[in-house]
Amino acid sequence: MSAPTVEKGIQAIKGQIDATVASYFSSCVHCGLCAEACLFYTETGDPRYTPINKVEPMKRIWQSEYTLLGRAKKMLGLSKPVDEQTFTDWETLVYDGCSLCGRCSLVCPVGNDISDMIRKIREGFAAAGHAPEGLIGASTRAVEIGSPMGVKLPAVQAQIGHLKKDTGLDAPLDVQGADYMVLLSSMEIMNFPEYMEAIARIMKQAGKTWTISSKAFEATNSGIQIGVSDIARVLVKRVVDAAEELGVKTVISPECGHAFTAIRWDGPNLIGRPYKFEVKHILEVLDEFVEQGLIRTEGKDDQKLTYHDPCQIARKGGVVKQPRNLLNRIASNFVEMEDGGAMNWCCSGGGGVSANERADELKMTAFKKKKSQLDALGVDTLVTACANCRLTLEEGLEEYEMDLPVVGLTEMLAEYLVEDKKEQA
Amino acid sequence: MDANELLNWARGPGFDIALVIFIGGMLLRLLEVLALGKKPDLSAPRGSGLSGGLRTIFSRFLPRKQVFDKEPLRIVNAYVMHLGFFVVLFFYGPHIPLFESVLGFGWPALPSGAINAVGAVTILSIVAALIFRMNSKVLRFLTTTGDYVAWLVTLLPVLTGYLAYNHMLLPYTLMLALHILSVELLMVVAPFTKLTHMFSFVTARWYQGFKAGQRGVES
Repeated sequence: MSAPTVEKGIQAIKGQIDATVASYFSSCVHCGLCAEACLFYTETGDPRYTPINKVEPMKRIWQSEYTLLGRAKKMLGLSKPVDEQTFTDWETLVYDGCSLCGRCSLVCPVGNDISDMIRKIREGFAAAGHAPEGLIGASTRAVEIGSPMGVKLPAVQAQIGHLKKDTGLDAPLDVQGADYMVLLSSMEIMNFPEYMEAIARIMKQAGKTWTISSKAFEATNSGIQIGVSDIARVLVKRVVDAAEELGVKTVISPECGHAFTAIRWDGPNLIGRPYKFEVKHILEVLDEFVEQGLIRTEGKDDQKLTYHDPCQIARKGGVVKQPRNLLNRIASNFVEMEDGGAMNWCCSGGGGVSANERADELKMTAFKKKKSQLDALGVDTLVTACANCRLTLEEGLEEYEMDLPVVGLTEMLAEYLVEDKKEQA
Repeated sequence: MDANELLNWARGPGFDIALVIFIGGMLLRLLEVLALGKKPDLSAPRGSGLSGGLRTIFSRFLPRKQVFDKEPLRIVNAYVMHLGFFVVLFFYGPHIPLFESVLGFGWPALPSGAINAVGAVTILSIVAALIFRMNSKVLRFLTTTGDYVAWLVTLLPVLTGYLAYNHMLLPYTLMLALHILSVELLMVVAPFTKLTHMFSFVTARWYQGFKAGQRGVES
């Protein structure tokens, strides 16, 4: 790739400005209500984190390039230009101070999808050389090694080996024509091996064939987070090629928020065509299995527990009912967090924030929102369905000395499978 | 030019010029938006974009509880301001024939006394909007010169209308002329300020709602 420049940044932003963006800027009345929806504003009190302010450079470019009055102002030298300093000043607002959670988009009275604009403006910041080091590193590893955390196939094979040895279950690689192709996130390979075991148990009971592709096991997509569509496209294409080569019916996105956004929604738009397979989030698949009676559960967890909705899965992914159906089946004391569901508060580490070390302190400040929600509930267990949320939550809980276990919903469900109970007995 | 001549100019050529700029300007702004185009969403849809778009155009008239609870006064004031403006604009008896001459149909008016009271409340709410703006950290930070211009050109027609109706401050004819001129100022300025939201809110809500409808997510 050629060296990033301000000019390339501006060009990239221009390339992102479409009728939706122009509509949104034409409609903004500076009411400031989006600030109240943003945990980076509510927890810092700093007005620079007002969501619409994060896209101010894009607004300047839109005005001076695509409006008559703005063009006139530019000719007369009256408009504020976007320069190196602008990119420097806004970089931390665009990356560190936004988790692309999308809560602002839901409260805007004129209907502006502000979060989508922030996703778009990141393209310009990356092209101008103003993306955070942590995200650049993750994206480079994803393209060159195959995973943002540098996880290679042998690590997956080793985990499959452990699974076979410990449980006698298999996670078959590259099975042609399998019902499901399962994607994993690096974190599930490195930090949460319970996930693969849970999938193996559930698929066995459901009587479905499944596989992991040796060419495309990684679901996460740093290209989406950093805002480089070229990288995002390469990563999506890997999955699409593998799934279409194996001829699977459905690809399952794992317990990872942005991976779902990447493969379910952005993917077809990045590669410029629809897929020849379906994409479902693991919770959608589990809920179907339960509804169809393919898997049966026995017993209930009687601890007081709550569910943290990952933003990309609930608000932006529409998977809201499914985790509740599942939890009510296996937990007798499930309580909702305030604003649970589509209006949940972010864990504070989404959208690339957790991969950006520079943002660590800000992230922990923003985490206070989740802390106050959890303090108000007083639960014994926190359930979620995103490995990135899970790590961020664990980190935040430790930072604020809160003793609360965080579990993934898929592995929790697997514990209550009927067969498991029999096997254990 | 005396007050009568000014009034005649405002009612005649002045209004025609303002109307041309208002309609032409708004169409230009709409064209500037639509000309940018939008790529279709190729992801497999879960639901209907059409119904999502239509739903969001209406659903965003009501605030979500989560923001209403944070800013109840400011949001209630915004309703009073918008509704008050609509009532005095569309339901004051002498305004209706003007719409009838352009649209070809009219509608019943509200009693003038009621309009007068609504006008007074609307003026207060517009002033309150400015006070809210100046007293909020976030709003002070976001506010541009354009916001003050938009505020002023919105206030003036309501204020001069109220003063003219009540025969206050200036002779009636002159105040009426100023009232009509202030409306023309609003019409000329609107397409080039944030007042474009009077139309573009529909497309903004439509775009977000359409995407949400296709994806089966809330909006």
